[in-house]
Amino acid sequence: MSVANPKADTTAARLNALTMPTGGWSEPARRDALTRVQAMGLPHRRDEYWRYTTPDSLNAPEAPSAAVFDDDEAPLFSAHDRLKLVFVDGVFDPAQSDDLSHAGVEIGRLADASDLHWARDLYGVLEARGQVPVARPLAALNTAFATDGVLIRATGTPERPVSLVYLHSDPESDATLHHVIRVEAGASLTVMEHGPAAARLNKVMEVDVADNGAFHHIRAQGRDHERRAVTHMFARLGSESVFKSFTLTVNGVLTRNECVIELTGDDAVAHVAGAAVGDGDFHHDDTVFITHDAMNCESRQVFKKVLRNGATGVFQGKILVKQQAQKTDGYQISQALLLDGDSVFLAKPELEIYADDVACSHGSTTGAIDETALFYLRSRGVPRADAEDLLVLSFLAEAMAEIEDPVIASDLTTRLEGWLARRR
Amino acid sequence: MLPEGLEGMTMNAMDVDVKEGVDRETVEAVKSLSGTYKHGWSTDIEMEYAPKGLSEDIVRLISEKNEEPEWMLDWRLAAYRRWEKMKEPEWAMVHYPPLDYQDQYYYARPKSMEVKPKSLDEVDPKLLETYKKLGIPLKEQMILAGVEGAENADEGRKVAVDAVFDSVSIGTTFQDELKKAGVIFCSISEAIREHPELVKKYLGTVVPATDNFFATLNSAVFSDGSFVYIPPGVRCPMELSTYFRINAENTGQFERTLIIADRESYVSYLEGCTAPMRDIVQLHAAVVELVLLDDAEIKYSTVQNWFPGDEDGKGGIYNFVTKRADCRGDRSKVMWTQVETGSAVTWKYPSCILRGDDSQGEFYSIAIANNWQQADTGTKMVHLGKRTKSRIVSKGISAGQAQNTYRGLVSMHPKAKDSRNFTQCDSLLIGNKCGAHTVPYIEVRNNSSRVEHEATTSKVDDDQLFYCRSRGMDEEEAVALVVNGFCKEVLQALPMEFAMEAQQLVAISLEGSVG
Repeated sequence: MSVANPKADTTAARLNALTMPTGGWSEPARRDALTRVQAMGLPHRRDEYWRYTTPDSLNAPEAPSAAVFDDDEAPLFSAHDRLKLVFVDGVFDPAQSDDLSHAGVEIGRLADASDLHWARDLYGVLEARGQVPVARPLAALNTAFATDGVLIRATGTPERPVSLVYLHSDPESDATLHHVIRVEAGASLTVMEHGPAAARLNKVMEVDVADNGAFHHIRAQGRDHERRAVTHMFARLGSESVFKSFTLTVNGVLTRNECVIELTGDDAVAHVAGAAVGDGDFHHDDTVFITHDAMNCESRQVFKKVLRNGATGVFQGKILVKQQAQKTDGYQISQALLLDGDSVFLAKPELEIYADDVACSHGSTTGAIDETALFYLRSRGVPRADAEDLLVLSFLAEAMAEIEDPVIASDLTTRLEGWLARRR
Repeated sequence: MLPEGLEGMTMNAMDVDVKEGVDRETVEAVKSLSGTYKHGWSTDIEMEYAPKGLSEDIVRLISEKNEEPEWMLDWRLAAYRRWEKMKEPEWAMVHYPPLDYQDQYYYARPKSMEVKPKSLDEVDPKLLETYKKLGIPLKEQMILAGVEGAENADEGRKVAVDAVFDSVSIGTTFQDELKKAGVIFCSISEAIREHPELVKKYLGTVVPATDNFFATLNSAVFSDGSFVYIPPGVRCPMELSTYFRINAENTGQFERTLIIADRESYVSYLEGCTAPMRDIVQLHAAVVELVLLDDAEIKYSTVQNWFPGDEDGKGGIYNFVTKRADCRGDRSKVMWTQVETGSAVTWKYPSCILRGDDSQGEFYSIAIANNWQQADTGTKMVHLGKRTKSRIVSKGISAGQAQNTYRGLVSMHPKAKDSRNFTQCDSLLIGNKCGAHTVPYIEVRNNSSRVEHEATTSKVDDDQLFYCRSRGMDEEEAVALVVNGFCKEVLQALPMEFAMEAQQLVAISLEGSVG
């Protein structure tokens, strides 16, 4: 009788279907990552960390196909003065992209492997740090096999934000992108991301923010529905640095966004927020792990989900406060608004605290739309559907308020209003 | 005779004197209690042991000692065979060296219990003395110590006690009086013999023999425990309680409690536990099953004060307990209240299956971990019926090098329409070498239910401490007062008999944690 080992079989099947890019400075890191994947095995639905999200379609050797979404709206962020970098099905497209040279920032491409590069000290390094205490095999898989990505180093404060645009053109495409970002001491950088990227996307972003640096991240995962994505963000923050990330997700068959942040310098600030609106076979998973390893840091997690027609929302958030991280201020809120009886919200908001002089709190609520508020709006002559949208927007407001740039905030809010209206 | 004016002064001075005397007494009493574990003594008594280790033969032996019918033995053996294939759970945030299940005794009873005493009068006085020393009187004319207004037994509140000593129940008080009300309160071994139809119908239906590693082990080797049946429409005329005492060395205690509250009945049940101080850890793996039919209500309170190990983390009880209530009936209500101060390692999640429509589950817990203690405790509220309600209030306190984890599940099934949960779990850290953790699972599968979860972690508030100290309290007293305030919500849910003990425990187990 042979012993069934589904995890090893899945891992072997996937690895057999992949070819590791060779040569260049990233090769040793890729080999290390491969060893990690082999040791951990790809995630399995029995894994505690994948309790609420089935990883099968993310593991499969072939990406499940996804029809290319016919977007009739003006591209997002098109009104912004930005430095645009375009990827089509996970491959950088210089023709559609802006010139990479820009004051205050140095941009390279992962695929242009040369022998020496500053990113060598970070590529796969932050990802590997993020594998403890919880294994994140799909991120290690990404480090080993990533085919493209950008290497951005901010040395000052660039005038324009960097905008990564992910276009999807092939229904069978399977993209593996790996970005490395370094914000030097005192520098500041804003990165915007949007677009489906591919039928299946596995993306890793490693962000190293040096002392007094600031990194802002805005991401929109749009109305395209059939795509699948697993993304990991690994961030390491120096003292007095600032990290803020906001994600808006509307639709998507399967999205798992993991964010792993390490506060290693005193007085650092990390905010992660997300607003998600899902319908039908939508499955959205926010998994956040914040480690406080220095004094007097602040972290904040704000996640809101609006779900209907059997959509599923998942939140796994954790604040780990190490013994020396005194005076930590940790806050975490996860809330779901279930618009009908078929939708599901699954949450695991965790705290693990080893320092005594801290203030950490987390809250999680789930419920239906407030009938009294709905009734009030209707009594003022607002049609039911509009009233519902208004209440949905007000529910999401706390998360949307995490967007620092007022122009981007109002832009995304307007876009969200339009999306809500179109769903009717 | 003093002049008039001075008389008053002297009286005043004497008042102060008396007051001071009382204070000194109290201070000394507290001092004598604190620092060392109060119940750490042992009773020197001749014991009879089953051979060391665990095997089918031991399972058979326990069954034989309890004069059990065949079906019970088969049930135990099935559990044992299952257990052999199981793996000890590792997911809890507790760390301890691997347990050698073959290096301990699974059955120990006082020699004097070989022939079961017909009444408490025949019980070995040494055993009665043991319980007396613990403040648990086994004579019916005596009322549980520490209850106000209890000088007169007829007017005081009566509490029926089942006393379990190592592997056997040594007696149950007030059985006759309870019988008049139709209530059955006896040891589970007696119930298996006397009321097999009830035991057969309910045993293992809430916590199946296959439930988890420790529950399965318990199903195979449980030696005694308490059995309660409250018939329809009966409000149990007195509180029932079981007092568990581990005395023998190197012996595990595996008790099984089964409480059945039939339609429209009510019972309040208290549970206490202590053990002597020993260098070698001892295992306690209990299973408690509660069954509630329509409109029934059970209030289950525990003050768990097993020996926690010494200041260096040596010895102590490993408390691996499965407790679950099945609210089968509509409008049934269960309330778990626990004060967890003892045990070196605690692994315990008293749960509620809210199956009946409009049923309610409540869980109030204070878990205090000091020195090297580790506690991983919480609850599961599984909402299956419509309009079911649950409330969780958990307070975890860590001091010394201790780790305290709240782990809980709130699950709203698709059919549990219009249900409600509120969870609040707060943690308090005293000192910077301990840890406090919260691991809640929230699963909501319908939208007419509301689930709210809140948790905070903080240290003892400096302002509150400063205020207390400015009023003349020393630092330890001030911490105890602040902590008592923090725990108030849970302490208030305890029956009076326990509330006092619990408040004292809160103060005692924090001794030495300041600074």
